[in-house]
Amino acid sequence: MMTMNAKSRSWLLINLITVTVVLGLLPPVLPEYLVLLMTQSLIFCIVAMSLDLLMGYTGLVSLGHAAYFAIGAYTTAILSTRYGSGFAVCLFSSIGMSAGLAACIGLFVLRAVGVYFLMITLGIAMCFWGLIFKWNSLTGGENGISAISRPDLGLHLNMLDPVTFYYLMLIIFAICFVLMLLLIQSPFGKTLVGTRDSESRMRVLGYNVWLHKYLAYIIAGGFAGVGGVFYAYFNRFVGADDSSLYRCMEVFLMVSIGGRGTLVGPGIGAFLITFLKNIVSVYTKRWVMVMAVVYMLCAKYTPMGIMGYLKQLQKKGEERYEPDNEKYRSSRLEVPRAD
Amino acid sequence: MEFIIIQSYNALSYAALLFLLAAGMSLIFGVMKIVNVSHGTLYLTGGYIGWVVVRQTGSFFLGLLCASIGVGLVGMAAERFLLRDLQGQPPRQMLMTFGIAIFIQDVLLLIFKGYALSLKAPAWTDVILKVGEYRFYAYRLFMIGMAVLVLIVLWYVYDKTRYGAMVRAVVNNREVAMGLGINANRVSQYVFGLGALLAGFAGVFGCAFTAIYPGMDFQVLPLAFVVVILGGMGSLKGAVVGSLIVAFLDNFLKALWPEISYFSLFLPMAIILSIRPTGLFGKEATGL
Repeated sequence: MMTMNAKSRSWLLINLITVTVVLGLLPPVLPEYLVLLMTQSLIFCIVAMSLDLLMGYTGLVSLGHAAYFAIGAYTTAILSTRYGSGFAVCLFSSIGMSAGLAACIGLFVLRAVGVYFLMITLGIAMCFWGLIFKWNSLTGGENGISAISRPDLGLHLNMLDPVTFYYLMLIIFAICFVLMLLLIQSPFGKTLVGTRDSESRMRVLGYNVWLHKYLAYIIAGGFAGVGGVFYAYFNRFVGADDSSLYRCMEVFLMVSIGGRGTLVGPGIGAFLITFLKNIVSVYTKRWVMVMAVVYMLCAKYTPMGIMGYLKQLQKKGEERYEPDNEKYRSSRLEVPRAD
Repeated sequence: MEFIIIQSYNALSYAALLFLLAAGMSLIFGVMKIVNVSHGTLYLTGGYIGWVVVRQTGSFFLGLLCASIGVGLVGMAAERFLLRDLQGQPPRQMLMTFGIAIFIQDVLLLIFKGYALSLKAPAWTDVILKVGEYRFYAYRLFMIGMAVLVLIVLWYVYDKTRYGAMVRAVVNNREVAMGLGINANRVSQYVFGLGALLAGFAGVFGCAFTAIYPGMDFQVLPLAFVVVILGGMGSLKGAVVGSLIVAFLDNFLKALWPEISYFSLFLPMAIILSIRPTGLFGKEATGL
């Protein structure tokens, strides 16, 4: 990232153009089903990227991130079906709810470190699942909340048309992506990375490490909430499953498979997993088993994820020959002696 | 008064079940630092194996034995072939255990379909004991007795035998233990097997108590999680205290205010965490 040479810059440009063409121009000509899948993928892109802010950039491996997603989705669902609230009210109160709850929970969750943090975030997410599952009068329990109407934003567009909704989603995604990108490029983002790499060093340098982590936790919760809002509008139904362990692990898998600490990686992961899950379930009833195998393979063979792997490949190409390098030393020993 | 006595008795038997479930999870965490998401599924597997055996032979104890051993073997195989390479990398271990969980879940769904099955408790526990004016269901007493028995055996093995000493050595410092000639990998394998065995054992009890149905595994898992978080991971004492706290709270609050049943666990967890982030009897945390 520090030295961006001409080659990697052109590579970046090519990728950028490809992504713009695929995401921006293709949908009107694609079958409706694929457009729906792409919309869903974009929603999960936002959620997975927000988790990456925590996992990849702050070093807080949170497993309960889907809780904030679900809270965003339920807030929108409840406000728009019970109270007929408009888009702006739903959006801002959902973000407020998600970020606000993250602020409350962050206060004590951040006291735990390492594996304990992992387990506690998951434990808390499951408590929220329990609340949603059992609180029938508010959340509809097992039946969930259905018939959520999509907002028309005062533009007199038909939001029920998959392509129109897709473009709305694309704009939201682009805004979130740019915001998160700006965040990680900012001094605040750099401090987060510093905290991830060495907390004690940052503390000695005079940074308030706890506050940085806390703010990152709240911001990530808020972005997950945005994902939740549009998921509720997209699906027009929210159910207890959206906060369950499956959802938590799915978002976690997206980040892991794409490569954490890359921001783009989790987005790729979101597309991969959403497409895979939906397409496999068309062909076989045993799609859960297929997903189980994907989880196991991901755990076993992709420690750095797709983007991590690509980065490593790129580094290998740029690596110059150094006689003292461990790798070259072993190959040098294999040269037969001339005697 | 009657409400309190009856509910306390129910809570106590519930604590017994939670202890059986959480002890294995806590033990696995202590030795391997794995947060085992598949624990609930192993519990469910135990229940299904128990159901098949009890239906075929009519013997509850044979069912208990087969379920424990069967699930224990599944656990040992999972550790050997799937988890061993991931030592020391919790996020990857989580993905793996979750993969194992949903794989087994789907296999069970394929074999047993989606029906709720009921497992028969032994006939002699299917009676109601009368003490004074109160009536107690004997099966619950049987469950409490079994949990106490398991607790004593675990404590004895852990604290008094050579095998227990080996496990404690690995818990304290894996590298030093290996340096002293302990095969830490084998200890991990047996401990995972033992944890799974306890889950299978608990499964048979739990399923005779409630019913067996798909999806039950992820309903008991949060409870086991909270027990282990409260008590401290890797601590037997913690599992006992944690399961008592969770069982009493859950049972009373469920009776008084059913809508918040799972969420009621959230408050004690928050309180404990703000005082002791590693749980009541947990060890100091180390980084990921």
